[in-house]
Amino acid sequence: MSSETKQILTTDGIPLEVSLKKAERKNKIKAFLLVAPLLFFLIITYVFPIGDMLFRSIDDKMVTQMLPKTFKAMENWDGQELPEEEVFAAFHEDFIKLVEDKREGKLSTQLNYTKNGFKSIIKKLRRKSKSFEEGNYKEQIMSVHKRWADVEYWRAIKRRAPEFTSQKYLKGMDMYVNEEGKIVSVEEDRRIHRVLWLRTLEIAFFVTVFCFLMAYPIAHLLATLPMKYSNLLMICVLLPFWTSLLVRTASWMILLQQQGIVNDFFVGIGLVADDNRPEMMYNKTGSYVAMTQILLPFMVLPLYSVMKTISPSLMRAGKSLGGTPFVAFWKVYFPLTIPGIGAGCLLVFILAIGYYITPALVGGASGTLISNQIAFHMKSTLDWSFASAMGLMLLSGVLVIYWLYNKIVGIDNIKLG
Amino acid sequence: MALPKYTEPHYRIWHYIYLTICGAVFFFLIAPLFVIFPLSFNAEEFLSFSDGMKSLDPDAFSLRWYKDMIYGTKNPWGLAAKNSFIIAIFATIGSVILGTVAALGLSSRHMPYKGLIMAVLISPMIVPLIISGVAIFFFMAKAGLAATHTGIVLAHIILGTPFVVITVTATLSGFDHSVTRAAASLGSDPVNTFMKITLPLILPGVISGGLFAFVTSFDEVVVVLFLAGLENTTIPIQMWTGLREQLSPTILAVATCLIILSTLILVTAELLRRRSERLRGINR
Repeated sequence: MSSETKQILTTDGIPLEVSLKKAERKNKIKAFLLVAPLLFFLIITYVFPIGDMLFRSIDDKMVTQMLPKTFKAMENWDGQELPEEEVFAAFHEDFIKLVEDKREGKLSTQLNYTKNGFKSIIKKLRRKSKSFEEGNYKEQIMSVHKRWADVEYWRAIKRRAPEFTSQKYLKGMDMYVNEEGKIVSVEEDRRIHRVLWLRTLEIAFFVTVFCFLMAYPIAHLLATLPMKYSNLLMICVLLPFWTSLLVRTASWMILLQQQGIVNDFFVGIGLVADDNRPEMMYNKTGSYVAMTQILLPFMVLPLYSVMKTISPSLMRAGKSLGGTPFVAFWKVYFPLTIPGIGAGCLLVFILAIGYYITPALVGGASGTLISNQIAFHMKSTLDWSFASAMGLMLLSGVLVIYWLYNKIVGIDNIKLG
Repeated sequence: MALPKYTEPHYRIWHYIYLTICGAVFFFLIAPLFVIFPLSFNAEEFLSFSDGMKSLDPDAFSLRWYKDMIYGTKNPWGLAAKNSFIIAIFATIGSVILGTVAALGLSSRHMPYKGLIMAVLISPMIVPLIISGVAIFFFMAKAGLAATHTGIVLAHIILGTPFVVITVTATLSGFDHSVTRAAASLGSDPVNTFMKITLPLILPGVISGGLFAFVTSFDEVVVVLFLAGLENTTIPIQMWTGLREQLSPTILAVATCLIILSTLILVTAELLRRRSERLRGINR
């Protein structure tokens, strides 16, 4: 462009470029204002609370605030031998205050998480501390119980000094920080969480595989049948999709029970003896069967919507070029359905990995997943920070899959029904 | 789909195997729902077919459990149904309004950071419900809304909006924006244009999004389990408690009603989808 070209002006005499930018900005703001109510609503009620979970999972201020003087005095203590009188005096001072506020019970619960055996000795200390004389607290506290004279217990207290902790995350992976400050695994027979994580992955993986194997043929049939038949058959996919999850779980509970119809059928055809009916519910089998049926529509629908766009003439072309139907299918049809496969598999996997209701009802002890453990800690043990930590570990796994999904399929390509 | 005459025998066999597999999968999908239906008319207290039912003896069937569902002493279903409907209706209204407005903004080509914002808006659908439940519970507890209808409605709006956003955005993708410009050039203000031009055209998408939101709320149990007090019990909570404690046939009567409800919703959703495709000129 030569420098002589004059800037194009609008009728108001403003350069077109400036005017256009202004209009664009106005449009941008308009579009954003439409999205803003929902966006801010979600940020406040949903995104921040997830951040709050993160905070809760690492927050360990409770003990820090209960024993401020003790931790200050402990700063100079190297943790090799029993601490000096100074630390004992500070601890005594903090402790008296806690007893006055009736909060020593909380301290004992917290310290007991770090090392077993604190509960009884704190109770004992509370009783004895009333008759303590001033001065030489070290001797007096140590005389309450021999564990107070054990350096291990003082090290355990010192480990609770930092305001933040990764302890809950370690616990979620069955690890802990031992006396020397090293991260180690718990004993083999107490690794409950690892078993749960592995089982969650295993069940989610196999449910996805089963769903895929079952959904592929029927999605193909639905996509190739003439409209009037396929619409009718589509109801078989959509009715379960719209039916309450609890209703579907209930029907599986009826079907799979020991005196249930599936067992009756097996006895009827002579597969199993009447007095030896297999247990199909309250174990992994129950989780597998029910979850596969419940999640199947989520696999069929994306596959169907992709297969619907594949022209049948492609298969004919493949065959006319000399391919057998199987070669034509494998080399032409199957590669074209890969986007649908990706979408369906990731959707089912994401849903399965966070499943809660169905495993809780039909899974029994051996069929429950990590979600059930999270709910258990939220409702029964009330260890909310641990529940938060495990929730976030699960969430980070899901987000990785979500990110993959976005890369492969694109979030805006999600189709419903 | 009939096979051409010239098909070789072993492909013919394969074809029938394929059809058999499809039949089995369809059966696996739909049959469990039909088990509930006859059993809810069981005259006895067992959850399996009695000998009388197998021989179609009329005395083996009764409406006993339906009566128990409606008139039973101390029965929770009345309150639960009332709560469920109130919560689902308000949650649907909230989700539809917030979701539709957001979808309008999202489908504008001027929208900045579209991908990121879309990801945030869709996230309640992707994040496992148990995590949403924990997070929403923390928020509602802090806001003093735990164990209130308001809290549950807000929670269900969170879970319902992604469906509205997705369906309405999909409808808008085939929307001809020149009609709104035409309206504007004829002197219509944006609100009037929306009500008179845009809304009627995207209505099928809005309603089917609303149906998704309604079903999500009506069927939701994980988050409600964290939030609800005794007063806020809903149908899913009652079913959950019932299924965990004692499987009484009354639950099957309720389940039958729910299946009928979901059939109605399915029919509505299908009719809307077809209408929407017709309107958008997609003929498949």
